[in-house]
Amino acid sequence: MSRLESDLAAALAAGTPIPRDADGPVFAEPWQAQAFALVVALQNRGVFTAEEWAQALGAEIREALAAGGCRDGSDYYERWCEALEHLLIEKGLASHEGVDALAASWARAAEATPHGTPIRLENDPLR
Amino acid sequence: MSGHHHDHDHTHDNHYTPIEARVKALETLMVEKGYVDPSALDAIVETYETKVGPRNGARIVARAWTDPAYAERLKADGTAAVAEMGYGGRGGEHIVACFNTPEEHNLIVCTLCSCYPWPVLGLPPVWYKSPPYRAKAVIDPRGTLADFGVSLPEGQRIRVWDSTAETRFLVIPMRPAGTEGWSEEKLASIVSRDSMIGTGLPRIEDAVEDAR
Repeated sequence: MSRLESDLAAALAAGTPIPRDADGPVFAEPWQAQAFALVVALQNRGVFTAEEWAQALGAEIREALAAGGCRDGSDYYERWCEALEHLLIEKGLASHEGVDALAASWARAAEATPHGTPIRLENDPLR
Repeated sequence: MSGHHHDHDHTHDNHYTPIEARVKALETLMVEKGYVDPSALDAIVETYETKVGPRNGARIVARAWTDPAYAERLKADGTAAVAEMGYGGRGGEHIVACFNTPEEHNLIVCTLCSCYPWPVLGLPPVWYKSPPYRAKAVIDPRGTLADFGVSLPEGQRIRVWDSTAETRFLVIPMRPAGTEGWSEEKLASIVSRDSMIGTGLPRIEDAVEDAR
Protein backbone atom coordinates (compact mmCIF):
# COMPACT_ATOMS: atom_id res chain seq x y z
CA MET A 1 0.00 0.00 0.00
CA SER A 2 1.41 3.41 -0.92
CA ARG A 3 1.82 6.13 1.66
CA LEU A 4 -1.12 8.04 0.24
CA GLU A 5 -3.34 5.01 0.51
CA SER A 6 -2.41 4.35 4.12
CA ASP A 7 -3.00 8.02 4.82
CA LEU A 8 -6.42 7.75 3.29
CA ALA A 9 -7.18 4.64 5.29
CA ALA A 10 -6.08 6.41 8.47
CA ALA A 11 -8.14 9.49 7.71
CA LEU A 12 -11.16 7.38 6.98
CA ALA A 13 -10.77 5.33 10.12
CA ALA A 14 -10.45 8.46 12.21
CA GLY A 15 -13.41 10.35 10.87
CA THR A 16 -15.91 7.79 9.64
CA PRO A 17 -17.04 4.30 10.58
CA ILE A 18 -15.58 2.53 7.55
CA PRO A 19 -16.42 -1.19 7.57
CA ARG A 20 -13.06 -2.77 8.38
CA ASP A 21 -11.19 -5.53 10.12
CA ALA A 22 -7.71 -5.52 11.64
CA ASP A 23 -6.06 -5.32 8.21
CA GLY A 24 -8.16 -2.56 6.71
CA PRO A 25 -11.39 -2.00 4.81
CA VAL A 26 -13.74 -4.87 4.07
CA PHE A 27 -16.40 -4.96 1.39
CA ALA A 28 -19.77 -6.64 1.21
CA GLU A 29 -19.96 -6.57 -2.58
CA PRO A 30 -17.43 -6.06 -5.37
CA TRP A 31 -18.78 -2.67 -6.51
CA GLN A 32 -17.93 -1.31 -3.08
CA ALA A 33 -14.27 -2.17 -3.58
CA GLN A 34 -14.43 -0.54 -7.01
CA ALA A 35 -15.89 2.64 -5.51
CA PHE A 36 -13.29 2.58 -2.76
CA ALA A 37 -10.46 2.18 -5.29
CA LEU A 38 -11.80 5.04 -7.39
CA VAL A 39 -11.62 7.44 -4.46
CA VAL A 40 -8.12 6.26 -3.51
CA ALA A 41 -6.93 6.67 -7.10
CA LEU A 42 -8.45 10.16 -7.47
CA GLN A 43 -6.84 11.19 -4.24
CA ASN A 44 -3.50 9.76 -5.31
CA ARG A 45 -3.76 11.87 -8.44
CA GLY A 46 -4.49 14.99 -6.42
CA VAL A 47 -8.03 15.47 -7.78
CA PHE A 48 -9.07 16.08 -4.19
CA THR A 49 -7.35 15.91 -0.82
CA ALA A 50 -7.92 13.51 2.08
CA GLU A 51 -9.35 16.43 4.00
CA GLU A 52 -11.84 17.30 1.28
CA TRP A 53 -12.87 13.67 0.98
CA ALA A 54 -13.34 13.19 4.70
CA GLN A 55 -15.54 16.29 4.77
CA ALA A 56 -17.60 15.24 1.77
CA LEU A 57 -18.20 11.75 3.13
CA GLY A 58 -18.82 12.96 6.66
CA ALA A 59 -21.43 15.43 5.41
CA GLU A 60 -23.18 12.74 3.42
CA ILE A 61 -23.29 10.35 6.36
CA ARG A 62 -24.52 12.99 8.80
CA GLU A 63 -27.24 13.96 6.35
CA ALA A 64 -28.32 10.34 5.92
CA LEU A 65 -28.41 9.79 9.69
CA ALA A 66 -30.42 12.99 10.20
CA ALA A 67 -32.90 11.72 7.62
CA GLY A 68 -33.25 8.48 9.56
CA GLY A 69 -30.92 6.40 7.37
CA CYS A 70 -29.24 3.15 8.31
CA ARG A 71 -27.49 3.33 11.64
CA ASP A 72 -25.81 -0.03 11.26
CA GLY A 73 -23.52 1.29 8.53
CA SER A 74 -24.86 -1.13 5.92
CA ASP A 75 -25.47 1.71 3.48
CA TYR A 76 -21.98 3.11 3.97
CA TYR A 77 -20.87 2.64 0.39
CA GLU A 78 -24.09 4.09 -1.04
CA ARG A 79 -23.23 7.25 0.91
CA TRP A 80 -19.66 6.91 -0.32
CA CYS A 81 -20.81 7.01 -3.95
CA GLU A 82 -23.06 10.03 -3.31
CA ALA A 83 -20.21 11.85 -1.60
CA LEU A 84 -17.96 11.16 -4.57
CA GLU A 85 -20.53 12.36 -7.05
CA HIS A 86 -21.21 15.54 -5.08
CA LEU A 87 -17.52 16.27 -4.66
CA LEU A 88 -16.89 15.85 -8.39
CA ILE A 89 -19.83 18.14 -9.18
CA GLU A 90 -18.50 20.72 -6.73
CA LYS A 91 -15.13 20.56 -8.49
CA GLY A 92 -16.80 21.10 -11.85
CA LEU A 93 -15.71 17.66 -13.07
CA ALA A 94 -19.16 16.10 -13.36
CA SER A 95 -22.84 16.94 -13.48
CA HIS A 96 -25.80 15.09 -12.06
CA GLU A 97 -27.32 14.76 -15.51
CA GLY A 98 -24.05 13.54 -16.93
CA VAL A 99 -23.68 10.79 -14.33
CA ASP A 100 -27.34 9.83 -14.69
CA ALA A 101 -27.02 9.56 -18.46
CA LEU A 102 -23.83 7.52 -18.26
CA ALA A 103 -25.26 5.18 -15.62
CA ALA A 104 -28.37 4.63 -17.77
CA SER A 105 -26.12 3.95 -20.73
CA TRP A 106 -24.13 1.32 -18.80
CA ALA A 107 -27.36 -0.34 -17.66
CA ARG A 108 -28.62 -0.54 -21.28
CA ALA A 109 -25.23 -1.72 -22.50
CA ALA A 110 -25.27 -4.58 -19.98
CA GLU A 111 -28.77 -5.66 -21.03
CA ALA A 112 -27.84 -5.55 -24.69
CA THR A 113 -24.65 -7.57 -24.35
CA PRO A 114 -25.02 -11.25 -25.16
CA HIS A 115 -23.25 -13.65 -22.89
CA GLY A 116 -19.85 -14.64 -24.18
CA THR A 117 -18.73 -11.11 -25.00
CA PRO A 118 -17.58 -8.32 -22.70
CA ILE A 119 -19.94 -5.58 -21.60
CA ARG A 120 -18.80 -2.39 -23.30
CA LEU A 121 -20.34 1.04 -23.18
CA GLU A 122 -20.56 0.99 -26.99
CA ASN A 123 -23.06 -1.86 -26.67
CA ASP A 124 -25.68 0.62 -25.48
CA PRO A 125 -28.13 0.65 -28.40
CA LEU A 126 -29.03 4.30 -27.75
CA ARG A 127 -25.48 5.51 -27.69
CA MET B 1 -28.55 -25.53 -17.10
CA SER B 2 -26.31 -28.18 -15.62
CA GLY B 3 -26.36 -30.20 -18.83
CA HIS B 4 -25.09 -27.23 -20.74
CA HIS B 5 -21.56 -26.65 -21.49
CA HIS B 6 -20.81 -23.04 -22.14
CA ASP B 7 -24.31 -21.79 -22.57
CA HIS B 8 -24.92 -18.97 -25.01
CA ASP B 9 -28.69 -19.04 -25.07
CA HIS B 10 -29.32 -16.17 -22.69
CA THR B 11 -30.35 -12.79 -23.90
CA HIS B 12 -31.18 -10.83 -20.79
CA ASP B 13 -29.04 -12.34 -18.11
CA ASN B 14 -26.81 -9.32 -17.94
CA HIS B 15 -27.63 -6.37 -15.85
CA TYR B 16 -26.14 -3.91 -13.46
CA THR B 17 -27.97 -2.86 -10.34
CA PRO B 18 -28.49 0.93 -10.18
CA ILE B 19 -25.56 1.39 -7.81
CA GLU B 20 -23.27 -0.80 -9.95
CA ALA B 21 -24.19 1.26 -13.02
CA ARG B 22 -23.51 4.44 -11.07
CA VAL B 23 -20.06 3.29 -9.99
CA LYS B 24 -19.29 2.32 -13.59
CA ALA B 25 -20.49 5.78 -14.70
CA LEU B 26 -18.30 7.64 -12.21
CA GLU B 27 -15.37 5.47 -13.16
CA THR B 28 -15.88 5.98 -16.91
CA LEU B 29 -16.16 9.71 -16.45
CA MET B 30 -12.87 9.91 -14.56
CA VAL B 31 -11.10 7.56 -16.97
CA GLU B 32 -12.31 9.61 -19.96
CA LYS B 33 -11.06 12.80 -18.36
CA GLY B 34 -7.71 11.16 -17.74
CA TYR B 35 -7.86 11.39 -13.94
CA VAL B 36 -7.80 7.66 -13.41
CA ASP B 37 -5.96 4.83 -15.05
CA PRO B 38 -8.01 1.60 -15.02
CA SER B 39 -4.89 -0.42 -14.20
CA ALA B 40 -4.31 1.76 -11.13
CA LEU B 41 -7.83 0.89 -9.98
CA ASP B 42 -7.16 -2.81 -10.51
CA ALA B 43 -3.98 -2.55 -8.49
CA ILE B 44 -5.85 -0.99 -5.57
CA VAL B 45 -8.71 -3.50 -5.72
CA GLU B 46 -6.17 -6.31 -5.86
CA THR B 47 -4.87 -5.25 -2.46
CA TYR B 48 -8.29 -6.08 -1.05
CA GLU B 49 -9.28 -9.05 -3.13
CA THR B 50 -9.42 -11.37 -0.14
CA LYS B 51 -11.61 -8.96 1.77
CA VAL B 52 -15.06 -10.29 0.93
CA GLY B 53 -15.75 -13.51 2.78
CA PRO B 54 -12.67 -15.34 1.48
CA ARG B 55 -13.06 -18.33 3.75
CA ASN B 56 -16.76 -18.91 3.16
CA GLY B 57 -16.24 -21.14 0.14
CA ALA B 58 -13.53 -23.16 1.90
CA ARG B 59 -15.91 -23.92 4.76
CA ILE B 60 -18.52 -25.12 2.31
CA VAL B 61 -16.03 -27.43 0.64
CA ALA B 62 -14.80 -28.79 3.98
CA ARG B 63 -18.39 -29.47 5.06
CA ALA B 64 -19.09 -31.27 1.80
CA TRP B 65 -15.98 -33.42 2.33
CA THR B 66 -16.96 -34.46 5.83
CA ASP B 67 -20.74 -34.64 5.60
CA PRO B 68 -22.05 -36.76 2.70
CA ALA B 69 -25.63 -35.61 3.31
CA TYR B 70 -24.50 -31.98 3.01
CA ALA B 71 -22.60 -32.84 -0.18
CA GLU B 72 -25.79 -34.29 -1.63
CA ARG B 73 -27.77 -31.18 -0.76
CA LEU B 74 -25.03 -29.01 -2.25
CA LYS B 75 -25.15 -31.04 -5.45
CA ALA B 76 -28.92 -30.84 -5.66
CA ASP B 77 -29.37 -27.16 -4.79
CA GLY B 78 -26.22 -25.12 -4.35
CA THR B 79 -28.03 -21.90 -3.49
CA ALA B 80 -29.94 -23.50 -0.60
CA ALA B 81 -26.92 -25.42 0.71
CA VAL B 82 -24.81 -22.27 0.68
CA ALA B 83 -27.58 -20.35 2.45
CA GLU B 84 -27.73 -23.13 5.04
CA MET B 85 -24.16 -22.19 6.01
CA GLY B 86 -25.26 -18.57 6.40
CA TYR B 87 -23.84 -17.25 3.15
CA GLY B 88 -25.52 -15.67 0.19
CA GLY B 89 -25.58 -12.65 -2.04
CA ARG B 90 -28.04 -9.87 -2.40
CA GLY B 91 -30.44 -12.46 -3.78
CA GLY B 92 -31.32 -13.43 -7.27
CA GLU B 93 -28.24 -15.31 -8.30
CA HIS B 94 -28.05 -19.07 -8.12
CA ILE B 95 -24.99 -20.90 -6.99
CA VAL B 96 -24.22 -24.17 -8.70
CA ALA B 97 -21.61 -26.42 -7.13
CA CYS B 98 -19.50 -28.29 -9.69
CA PHE B 99 -17.92 -31.36 -8.11
CA ASN B 100 -14.57 -32.47 -9.48
CA THR B 101 -14.30 -36.21 -10.10
CA PRO B 102 -11.44 -38.41 -11.33
CA GLU B 103 -13.09 -38.21 -14.77
CA GLU B 104 -13.85 -34.50 -14.83
CA HIS B 105 -12.23 -31.31 -13.61
CA ASN B 106 -14.26 -28.09 -13.52
CA LEU B 107 -13.05 -24.61 -14.39
CA ILE B 108 -15.05 -21.41 -14.03
CA VAL B 109 -14.82 -18.27 -16.09
CA CYS B 110 -16.99 -15.35 -17.04
CA THR B 111 -16.46 -14.50 -20.67
CA LEU B 112 -18.83 -11.55 -20.40
CA CYS B 113 -17.34 -9.53 -17.60
CA SER B 114 -16.44 -10.79 -14.19
CA CYS B 115 -19.48 -12.61 -12.82
CA TYR B 116 -18.09 -14.44 -9.86
CA PRO B 117 -19.52 -16.26 -6.85
CA TRP B 118 -18.37 -13.44 -4.55
CA PRO B 119 -20.56 -14.36 -1.56
CA VAL B 120 -18.46 -17.50 -1.26
CA LEU B 121 -15.18 -16.54 -2.91
CA GLY B 122 -14.80 -12.85 -2.25
CA LEU B 123 -13.66 -10.29 -4.81
CA PRO B 124 -12.55 -11.76 -8.11
CA PRO B 125 -8.79 -11.78 -8.60
CA VAL B 126 -7.57 -9.35 -11.24
CA TRP B 127 -6.51 -12.17 -13.58
CA TYR B 128 -10.06 -13.56 -13.52
CA LYS B 129 -11.30 -10.30 -15.02
CA SER B 130 -8.52 -10.11 -17.60
CA PRO B 131 -9.36 -10.68 -21.28
CA PRO B 132 -6.57 -13.27 -21.75
CA TYR B 133 -7.93 -15.52 -19.01
CA ARG B 134 -11.52 -15.09 -20.18
CA ALA B 135 -10.62 -16.03 -23.74
CA LYS B 136 -8.07 -18.75 -23.07
CA ALA B 137 -10.09 -20.60 -20.43
CA VAL B 138 -12.70 -21.36 -23.07
CA ILE B 139 -10.40 -22.04 -26.03
CA ASP B 140 -7.59 -23.86 -24.24
CA PRO B 141 -8.52 -24.90 -20.72
CA ARG B 142 -5.63 -27.34 -20.37
CA GLY B 143 -3.17 -24.64 -21.40
CA THR B 144 -4.82 -22.26 -18.95
CA LEU B 145 -4.31 -24.75 -16.13
CA ALA B 146 -0.68 -25.17 -17.20
CA ASP B 147 -0.29 -21.38 -16.84
CA PHE B 148 -1.30 -21.87 -13.22
CA GLY B 149 1.12 -24.76 -12.81
CA VAL B 150 -1.63 -27.37 -12.74
CA SER B 151 -1.40 -30.50 -14.85
CA LEU B 152 -4.17 -33.05 -14.75
CA PRO B 153 -4.05 -36.72 -15.67
CA GLU B 154 -4.51 -37.24 -19.44
CA GLY B 155 -7.84 -38.95 -19.04
CA GLN B 156 -9.46 -36.27 -16.86
CA ARG B 157 -11.75 -34.05 -18.93
CA ILE B 158 -11.98 -30.34 -18.26
CA ARG B 159 -15.41 -28.80 -18.21
CA VAL B 160 -15.62 -25.03 -18.49
CA TRP B 161 -18.53 -23.19 -16.87
CA ASP B 162 -19.31 -19.71 -18.12
CA SER B 163 -20.83 -17.68 -15.29
CA THR B 164 -23.77 -15.37 -15.79
CA ALA B 165 -25.38 -12.64 -13.75
CA GLU B 166 -27.91 -15.22 -12.60
CA THR B 167 -25.82 -18.33 -12.17
CA ARG B 168 -22.49 -18.47 -10.40
CA PHE B 169 -20.44 -21.61 -10.21
CA LEU B 170 -18.32 -22.91 -7.37
CA VAL B 171 -15.85 -25.73 -7.96
CA ILE B 172 -15.79 -28.42 -5.27
CA PRO B 173 -12.33 -29.95 -5.50
CA MET B 174 -11.70 -33.59 -4.61
CA ARG B 175 -10.56 -34.28 -1.08
CA PRO B 176 -6.85 -35.14 -1.24
CA ALA B 177 -5.60 -38.48 0.04
CA GLY B 178 -3.83 -38.23 3.37
CA THR B 179 -6.44 -36.00 4.99
CA GLU B 180 -8.35 -38.77 6.77
CA GLY B 181 -9.50 -37.80 10.22
CA TRP B 182 -8.81 -34.09 9.75
CA SER B 183 -11.16 -31.56 11.36
CA GLU B 184 -13.35 -29.39 9.14
CA GLU B 185 -11.27 -26.38 10.15
CA LYS B 186 -8.03 -28.01 9.09
CA LEU B 187 -9.57 -29.24 5.86
CA ALA B 188 -10.84 -25.74 5.07
CA SER B 189 -7.29 -24.40 5.42
CA ILE B 190 -6.12 -26.32 2.35
CA VAL B 191 -9.01 -25.19 0.13
CA SER B 192 -7.50 -22.28 -1.74
CA ARG B 193 -9.51 -19.75 -3.67
CA ASP B 194 -7.97 -20.96 -6.91
CA SER B 195 -9.01 -24.55 -6.15
CA MET B 196 -12.63 -23.32 -6.04
CA ILE B 197 -12.22 -21.53 -9.38
CA GLY B 198 -10.61 -24.62 -10.83
CA THR B 199 -7.23 -23.04 -11.55
CA GLY B 200 -5.66 -24.79 -8.56
CA LEU B 201 -5.87 -27.93 -6.46
CA PRO B 202 -5.92 -28.26 -2.67
CA ARG B 203 -2.45 -29.02 -1.34
CA ILE B 204 -2.08 -30.86 1.91
CA GLU B 205 1.18 -29.08 2.64
CA ASP B 206 -0.84 -25.85 3.02
CA ALA B 207 -2.64 -27.24 6.05
CA VAL B 208 -2.90 -25.11 9.14
CA GLU B 209 -3.67 -26.85 12.42
CA ASP B 210 -6.82 -25.74 14.21
CA ALA B 211 -6.40 -22.17 15.31
CA ARG B 212 -8.43 -22.74 18.46
